[in-house]
Amino acid sequence: MILLPCPWCGPRDASEFSHVGETPPRPDPRTATPVEWRGYLYLRANTRGWVVESWYHRMGCRKFVQVERHTDTNQTRPAPAGQSLR
Amino acid sequence: MPVNTNGRRRGRGRPGYPARYSAAALLYRGLIRREWPPAWRSHPMKSRYDVVIVGGGVHGLAAAYYLAANHGITDVAVLDKGYIGSGGSGRNTAILRSNYLTPEGVRFYDRSVRLYQHLATDLDYNVMFSQRGHLTLAHSDASLRTMRWRAEVNKAEGVDSEVIGPDEIKKLAPFLDVSQEARYPILGALYHPPGGIIRHDAVVWGYARGASARGVHIHQNTEVTGIDVANGRVRGVRTAQGDIATRTVLNATAGWSTLIADMAGVRLPVTTYPLQAAVTEPVKPFLSTVIVSGTLHVYISQTDRGELVFGASVDPFTSYSMRGSLEFIEGLAGHVLELMPPLSKVRLLRQWAGLCDMTPDFSPIMGPTAVAGFLVDVGWGTYGFKAGPVSGEAMAECVASGQPPGIIAAFGLERFAAGGLVGEKGAAAVGH
Repeated sequence: MILLPCPWCGPRDASEFSHVGETPPRPDPRTATPVEWRGYLYLRANTRGWVVESWYHRMGCRKFVQVERHTDTNQTRPAPAGQSLR
Repeated sequence: MPVNTNGRRRGRGRPGYPARYSAAALLYRGLIRREWPPAWRSHPMKSRYDVVIVGGGVHGLAAAYYLAANHGITDVAVLDKGYIGSGGSGRNTAILRSNYLTPEGVRFYDRSVRLYQHLATDLDYNVMFSQRGHLTLAHSDASLRTMRWRAEVNKAEGVDSEVIGPDEIKKLAPFLDVSQEARYPILGALYHPPGGIIRHDAVVWGYARGASARGVHIHQNTEVTGIDVANGRVRGVRTAQGDIATRTVLNATAGWSTLIADMAGVRLPVTTYPLQAAVTEPVKPFLSTVIVSGTLHVYISQTDRGELVFGASVDPFTSYSMRGSLEFIEGLAGHVLELMPPLSKVRLLRQWAGLCDMTPDFSPIMGPTAVAGFLVDVGWGTYGFKAGPVSGEAMAECVASGQPPGIIAAFGLERFAAGGLVGEKGAAAVGH
């Protein structure tokens, strides 16, 4: 079982969450070229190691939360402070 | 007097030529009581190769085989960080089919099934292909509509597929619960007679043997640690066993494709998800078709040994971990019993996971990249094994001619920036 540290509910089973994943910065739609916009839509770092990612706590507080997870071992820890909630 | 035209005898003068497999050779080996020579050879690693293929699975080995067999390019090294076939090629559920949704996809996978049909003869290796028919179940009007769409696209491309009703399904798979009382009643199915199952390890070993016989070097336990690029072109590959100078590198990995591409400075629109599968204890043969249900996220087939092989959709979040989960096996068992209640007493033997490189459009990424000499055959998601032969054939042609052949023209990396996606989500995977 993988526990995700929800800042509102405490450690909860990962099955309560939907995975959102990496949230790359969104370019300004008014000025972004189609290639930039498609890069935002499709390209991901797909890091092997610690990543900060978004999860949606759909069966809990129904908030989007940031969690840090190691993608090789699935260890988790709270995301560093200052990470915006998207 | 050299009158014997048997391959084994002819091969005797050529050191390392693999013994031809035949009933006569088996009898001969039994009489002389000598070990068979290894199916493929091992070599000391050279400091230079014309072509280096990263990934010793069915894709990499097939590409090496067709480079040597079709194009006469034999100065080829296949590198694998483990043993050959230890990744996705040995972890998939060995199902072959070509009933896809887009004309590009159908043509491509149909070519693969046709290559598989005579692969045993081509490779002189028994790959145990059993074309037993493939049923994709529809539990809703929406999925039945997609089945009709797929059947029409398939027929237009000359692939045998048709939509059938519950009565015909019952005849093909008598243990299936087709009653309307089921939680997810079966409304119909896409029946695809050319689909079936194969021995996936044998395909890997057959290609390795064929490639090795033609001069390809296979280096197992050789992890790639870096790719040297200068002035926008590949110069070499660094490995745990030493450096190799080369001008052509083919990334034929799955699970680690973005890590290898990052070494060359190429970004891929790929995310890696585990996919879990499981197998039961052997039971008497009762299931003669492959059963797939997208709604229930499961596919079921019975191997020649009698075991039932279950596969599922990818795990709900990205990971490089290949550990199984209890949650998966609970859900899978429930879904299998929903389809076939009599299996409730059958015990599971084991479960495992493999890594799937998912792309935004559920189609692979094949062909050259912005780095000259760095080619990719990646993004194979949950459908890579069935495409092994055609990918190998097409990538070999791409390496030999420098141009992607028509059959993979739609699958280039540039399609993502250009907005030309090949949407196969409706036919490529279960559970979405």
